[in-house]
Amino acid sequence: MQDLLRVEDLVAKYQADNGEITALEDISFTVQEGEFISIVGPSGCGKSTLLSMIAGLTKPTAGNIVIEGEPLVPGKVHTSIGYMLQRDNLLEWRTIFRNVTLGLEIQHTMTSENIEYVTNLLKTYGLYEFKDKYPSQLSGGMRQRAALIRTLAIRPKILLLDEAFSALDYQTRLAVTEDVYRILKQENKTALMVTHDIPESISMADRVIVLSRRPAHIQGIHTISFDMPDRTPLNCREHPKFQEYFNTIWKELDVHV
Amino acid sequence: MFKSGVSQGRWEWKKGTNQQSGEDQAVSPERLLFLENKKKRKNQIRFTQIFLLIFILLLWEVTARLGIIDSFIMSQPTRILKTFANLSNNDLMLHLGVTCYETLVGFLIGACGGTCIAIALWWSDFLSKVFEPFLVVLNSLPKIALGPVIIIWVGAGTNAIIVMALAISMIVTVLEMLNGFVNTDSEKLKMVKTFGANRLQTFTTVVFPSNIHTLFNSLKINIGLSLVGVIAGEFLVSKAGLGYLIVYGGQVFKLDLVMASVIILSIVAALMYQAVVILERWITRLISPSR
Ligand SMILES: Nc1ncnc2c1ncn2[C@@H]1O[C@H](COP(=O)(O)OP(=O)(O)OP(=O)(O)O)[C@@H](O)[C@H]1O
Ligand SMILES: [Mg+2]
Repeated sequence: MQDLLRVEDLVAKYQADNGEITALEDISFTVQEGEFISIVGPSGCGKSTLLSMIAGLTKPTAGNIVIEGEPLVPGKVHTSIGYMLQRDNLLEWRTIFRNVTLGLEIQHTMTSENIEYVTNLLKTYGLYEFKDKYPSQLSGGMRQRAALIRTLAIRPKILLLDEAFSALDYQTRLAVTEDVYRILKQENKTALMVTHDIPESISMADRVIVLSRRPAHIQGIHTISFDMPDRTPLNCREHPKFQEYFNTIWKELDVHV
Repeated sequence: MFKSGVSQGRWEWKKGTNQQSGEDQAVSPERLLFLENKKKRKNQIRFTQIFLLIFILLLWEVTARLGIIDSFIMSQPTRILKTFANLSNNDLMLHLGVTCYETLVGFLIGACGGTCIAIALWWSDFLSKVFEPFLVVLNSLPKIALGPVIIIWVGAGTNAIIVMALAISMIVTVLEMLNGFVNTDSEKLKMVKTFGANRLQTFTTVVFPSNIHTLFNSLKINIGLSLVGVIAGEFLVSKAGLGYLIVYGGQVFKLDLVMASVIILSIVAALMYQAVVILERWITRLISPSR
């Protein structure tokens, strides 16, 4: 089977006035369709850089990114990629409906078919009654859900989440990860999620990629499998293997205070 | 990057004043007391203000009548009132019209032109870097010094006055708007870029809408500065307008006329400012009714 995403020998260097910073060094991995990949690594190791290269926002210094067998053209945003940032970035002056259709508007794909798709997403995930409300009238969790629908509206094959939940308080965060996990599985999306939270990374992922300190290379890739029929981010935390995974990844991250 | 000096919220943004009025909740006695005290305080302030105004006017009138101050030089409230009564004799209305017309034209051209220039500079980073030092120098230059040059170039008439108003108000608009554009939330910019937005789409979906506040702040500054420019221009050109009336009144020692003109001028300035405030409220409500 063809890999949905293939990252080959990726190198990222930033040129600053006071010198060169190597953020990524020889990063290679593949992602299959429907997989959920978590990426953890120390602060400032280059996780965001990695995602923004996959999204086509930043040009790699060397290496290739191949999506469905096609090499990514740097600087050109790939339409099969959806990118969710840390804050929801909903535009306060637009209604929820006009916020979630922003991507369609920009890509000139406001077809009745797409609008119906978005409307269905809003209905399925409990935001339909709020479609004419403004972001300031929504709770933090609902805002994050709206941001996810905005990303899903362009029907990306791969979803990139860069600490998408870290702006939320702990309880909302647990609820939202639960939500997002369910939505992503239901829509059968492939996802790459960057997080600082090791339990969160384990609870959602099929595989966890651990990056080293800068310049980041891949320290290890862990396959996470709980043999639970209806696994959710919350209930798998009770599984005995959860703590095991946590310890391995914690050791590998080698955090020095 | 650019510092216009006016951008530091001199006109404090009045936001959320009527936001947290919990009308649906049952009103507790403490809340009632609080509201009552608040109202009382507001009334006290208003009363003192009116009292102060009347006191000064009375003091002025009485001292003038008793001959403590010279009403020929200092004028006198009743004489100013009389001047108002003979409006038609002094052509006050005509001069008022001229000043308003010039100010509005200068204001509109300054606001539109300034915003357009700011957009161009935002669009091209290269251009904005090139023009930065020039703008900074132009901004700190007292534009009134250009008066004689302007009169020679465009002739001593309405046009010179409008150009004067433009010279004073436009640079500030450019700097203020550009400052706002450049400081647009970078996360939001990144968000639209992930959808592949081009520069124009970025501008229309994020940069401009998030700078509506900036726009109105600069309009508020602009309307005042246009008036300054127009009055300065009328001083120099000396043909018509409230500025002309003030200079003329001063030269022939008609201090009543000078004072009446100044009072009208301050009313006009306040009304114009208020018009911008109302426009702002209206537009903000139109764009996002929730706020
Ligand atoms: N535009 C840039 N110019 C220069 N250096 C940069 C730039 N962006 C990032 N860097 C540097 O590259 C390194 C990696 O940055 P990146 O944001 O990818 O890290 P991160 O792993 O996402 O960090 P965090 O965990 O804090 O989110 C950092 O050391 C940062 O200082
Ligand atoms: Mg980051």
